[in-house]
Amino acid sequence: MGTTADHGLADTILQNEAELLPEWVRQQLASAGTRRDLMRDEELREQSSQFLKRFTRALKSGAPDDMMAEAWGETRALLEQVSSSRARQGFRPSETAMFIFSLRQPLFDLLRRENKNDTQRLTDDLMTMTSMLDKLGLYTIEVFQKGREEVIARQQQEMLELSTPVVQLWDGILALPLIGTLDSARTQTVMENLLEKIVETGSEVAILDITGVPTVDTLVAQHLMKAVAAARLMGAECIISGIRPQIAQTIVHLGVDLADVTTKASMADAIKHALQRNELMIVSTQKA
Amino acid sequence: MERIPILKMGDCLLVTIQVDMHDRLAMTLQDDLTTRVVETRARGVLIDISALDIVDSFIGRMLGYIAAMARVLDAKTVLVGMQPSVAITLVELGLELPGVNTALNVERGMELIKSAIADGSKPSRNGSGKRRA
Repeated sequence: MGTTADHGLADTILQNEAELLPEWVRQQLASAGTRRDLMRDEELREQSSQFLKRFTRALKSGAPDDMMAEAWGETRALLEQVSSSRARQGFRPSETAMFIFSLRQPLFDLLRRENKNDTQRLTDDLMTMTSMLDKLGLYTIEVFQKGREEVIARQQQEMLELSTPVVQLWDGILALPLIGTLDSARTQTVMENLLEKIVETGSEVAILDITGVPTVDTLVAQHLMKAVAAARLMGAECIISGIRPQIAQTIVHLGVDLADVTTKASMADAIKHALQRNELMIVSTQKA
Repeated sequence: MERIPILKMGDCLLVTIQVDMHDRLAMTLQDDLTTRVVETRARGVLIDISALDIVDSFIGRMLGYIAAMARVLDAKTVLVGMQPSVAITLVELGLELPGVNTALNVERGMELIKSAIADGSKPSRNGSGKRRA
């Protein structure tokens, strides 16, 4: 398949665009993979027509085998735009790939009609077309995947921020319910949040609750101790609460020294201790 | 020469570090403070580092030393107003300053010193004063 054949293919598409485009759009709308709930028909038509324009332009400028060549730049750009917007909108990969693959049938019909008498050319054109559409389809999926990965990365970041709230329990008492595994990056965020909040609220007691921390190993313990030491340097006392029996055993077996830190079995005990330290108490409203 | 002022308030000395600490300044402060504690027979020393936002291992160690020296001279020493970033840095440097009393701000630090002087005993290790009821 030489350049001339591709010129022919491009011309065939251009000449018949008027019927090819509506047919393609109809195919897309008819297929189960089109999410009419997520995007409007006009948007789809616009994307399709843009794609045909850029596709034929790229075909004319040659290099039908190398999708990464410069000639395909604008086609790739369009596909990237389509894929990543669909990834964000919540399309499935197959639904996104359908954008390219649904062009196969109408194009196939068109070529068969145009090259009725030239079997050689028909075969050549079909070969070119199939291989190109495959590559473009795969490229779409690749970009789609990348878009999804970005979504996941963003969510991870958000989770990191969400999962470390510092709560003010009372005047001068902060609580920090830790949930999930503590790694270095998270401890850093936790520590920074805690210290900022200590300054902001002028609190002298902070309760670190580790009920939601599944395992405590030496590294996690070391991270906790760092947070406690940093808070102490600023003039606040830390209480570690929510230590499950299993975890108490692990801590002692690992030889972690928690002697300098106030530890409580439950959050309730920690609150009681914190209130006492601030010379406060909770009384029942019921008259004795 | 640049010096950090040391103010006398009753039987307390107040040191407010308002400029970036460099090594020479820290050494000077160490000399000045020990001299002043002996001169004035101060019972308490309050070091306010709320304006200090950069520390290195030397300055961190010096802060610990200065506090320890004042303690040897029988003055209750409290380090107040440490910035979060400074606290994190010191912990990462392994300088947890054990034995140094800390407080959130000058007010709390003063309460801590006063109650310690009144008790005649050393303030609690975790640097926490009793809040006024």
